[in-house]
Amino acid sequence: MCAIYAEDEQTTRPTDRRRPVVEVHDLVRRFGEFAAVDGISFDVIEGEVFAFLGPNGAGKSTTINVLCTLAHPTAGRVLVAGFDVTAHPKAVRRNIGLVFQDQTLDDRLTAQENLRFHAVLYRVPSDQVQARIARVLELVDLSDRRYDLVSEFSGGMARRLEIARALMHVPRVLFLAEPPIGLDPQTRVLMWEDVLRLREEAGVTVFLTTHYMDEAEYADRIAIIDHGRIVALDTPEALKAAIGADTVELSTTDDTLATAALERVGYRVEAVPEGTRVYVEKGENAVPALIAAAGVPVRSVHVHRPTLDDVFLHHTGRQIRESHAEAMIPARVRAWHSRRR
Amino acid sequence: MSTVPLRPMIAQRPETVLRDEARTTGMVWLRELIRFERTRTRILSGLIQPVLFLIVMGYGMAGLVGSIEGFDFKKFMFPGIMAMSVVTTAIFSGMSIVWDREFGFLREMLVAPTSRASLALGKTAGGATVAAAQGTIMLILAPAIGVHLTGALVVEIVGLELLMAIALTAFGVFVATHIERMEGFQVVMQMLLFPMIFLSGALFPLNGLPDWLTVITRLNPLTYAVAPLRQVVFAAQHMTPRAQARFPSTVEVFGHTLSIGAEIAITAGFAAIFIALAIRGFSRTE
Ligand SMILES: Nc1ncnc2c1ncn2[C@@H]1O[C@H](COP(=O)(O)OP(=O)(O)OP(=O)(O)O)[C@@H](O)[C@H]1O
Ligand SMILES: [Mg+2]
Repeated sequence: MCAIYAEDEQTTRPTDRRRPVVEVHDLVRRFGEFAAVDGISFDVIEGEVFAFLGPNGAGKSTTINVLCTLAHPTAGRVLVAGFDVTAHPKAVRRNIGLVFQDQTLDDRLTAQENLRFHAVLYRVPSDQVQARIARVLELVDLSDRRYDLVSEFSGGMARRLEIARALMHVPRVLFLAEPPIGLDPQTRVLMWEDVLRLREEAGVTVFLTTHYMDEAEYADRIAIIDHGRIVALDTPEALKAAIGADTVELSTTDDTLATAALERVGYRVEAVPEGTRVYVEKGENAVPALIAAAGVPVRSVHVHRPTLDDVFLHHTGRQIRESHAEAMIPARVRAWHSRRR
Repeated sequence: MSTVPLRPMIAQRPETVLRDEARTTGMVWLRELIRFERTRTRILSGLIQPVLFLIVMGYGMAGLVGSIEGFDFKKFMFPGIMAMSVVTTAIFSGMSIVWDREFGFLREMLVAPTSRASLALGKTAGGATVAAAQGTIMLILAPAIGVHLTGALVVEIVGLELLMAIALTAFGVFVATHIERMEGFQVVMQMLLFPMIFLSGALFPLNGLPDWLTVITRLNPLTYAVAPLRQVVFAAQHMTPRAQARFPSTVEVFGHTLSIGAEIAITAGFAAIFIALAIRGFSRTE
């Protein structure tokens, strides 16, 4: 655990998991009259994976740019790693890792040369550079490509090298601006494995923006942003739980009888074309009782849990533009992720 | 997974700031060298153009101008061609920032917690080293043209090339920081680089030009960078007075012949101005 941070002298931690590493108070960012970010406040806690989820134009990039000192706030106060982004931008930059949407590697250089370049610009002490190069390459599983030219890397490998590079100077927060769209499913899996592993092994706090539901799903906490405002902020589970119960749809030999029987026992029910819809706390657990209470033979059962899409719909009245990305949900990562919890 | 004990960043002490900035400049310089060394084709193509000029113009004009007591137009041109090679490479290197921007690497540099001046200086130093190297490679042609080389002369040539290269690379950096896209690069090359080279005395003597052109050549920074190079080369060639009169190597301003020291000082002055502009341009780049 927390290998990179093992000897933190600057903050005399043993990592305090409740300590905010990003603090945003009433942040406003205007372009002319238009408020792209319209008064948002939130904290990112040390060691968590925090996702900013929202549709196109919601203000995700604008927010991340302010947090990374690439844009000035119009109003409000933003502290990153304890430093004010306006007053001490260089101190902030020394303490954050940035992975942009577009590639920013020099592909005529080798992986090692790219990392070394970064190390010098970020003032990594010379005697630590070699050890860190080895360490970050190990973290993203690229140790065997250390001396290869980046021009020979696949898109996914280059992406992982960028993450490794962003970790060279041991940042307190790693910012991932919109993990890109053009990556193949396997690469996305690897990327998420990396991100989650970084948090586990290096104790890195990760702040990412995305408009993919499935990606936000991996985060410890999600802020849903729309029209420059945070409309909801919580763990994925809590967000889903907050908008209501699971629903179980029963198709029976006689739906009218079943509906009446379930209503009599006290379930909240609704007749739908498919049969009977029942609102319950925990869908899967309720199924046996429901089948027993229906009183007629049950043909099929369908349990529906609220998705982040439902959450978004609930808070904004609109559906976030879902893409084919849903089909790419990396099952391997998901399994890995749930094991972790 | 192995655990390497790594120390995180400690707040910078003032006395280490300068050293860190110098390391940054050195790293940016090194990157330019690595890239130069890895692009052999660029080194080669950087040779082809000057050689073409030397052959086409050198031999073409040689017939017209003739040889004066063993000294011909090819020998006159040779220092100018070296200068041309240095200048082209220098401006190209400085302007490679446009490529860095296009391929994203510029962003990696710009967001780093480092002074922009260190980056601009590194880029300038790197480009200048590469340009001087490219110019020095031209010396392999000297025997074929009949230009006599001595150890001291080579040292003088390299020194003058470096000075010229620093000025022009900084100029390229400055221009590049004011160009958003690739198309602008072509325009600058056409509108600026070639006129500068043609009106610098690199390819033909500047005497006997119409007054208005003479004024332009005297305003051209390159004029003062090319002249010293030619003077040191000529000084080692045992020219007769007649040849010297036919192939002048000095620059006259307001009727005064500039000394080599004055020319070097003027070039150094231009270099300082361009470096300042390059730093300013880099600092303002987003
Ligand atoms: N430089 C700018 N000038 C004017 N308006 C801007 C500027 N940058 C962003 N905006 C506006 O601010 C709003 C938020 O933009 P932002 O890029 O933060 O959205 P986003 O959430 O990142 O969207 P996407 O998912 O498409 O990346 C948009 O309406 C956009 O048009
Ligand atoms: Mg965006």
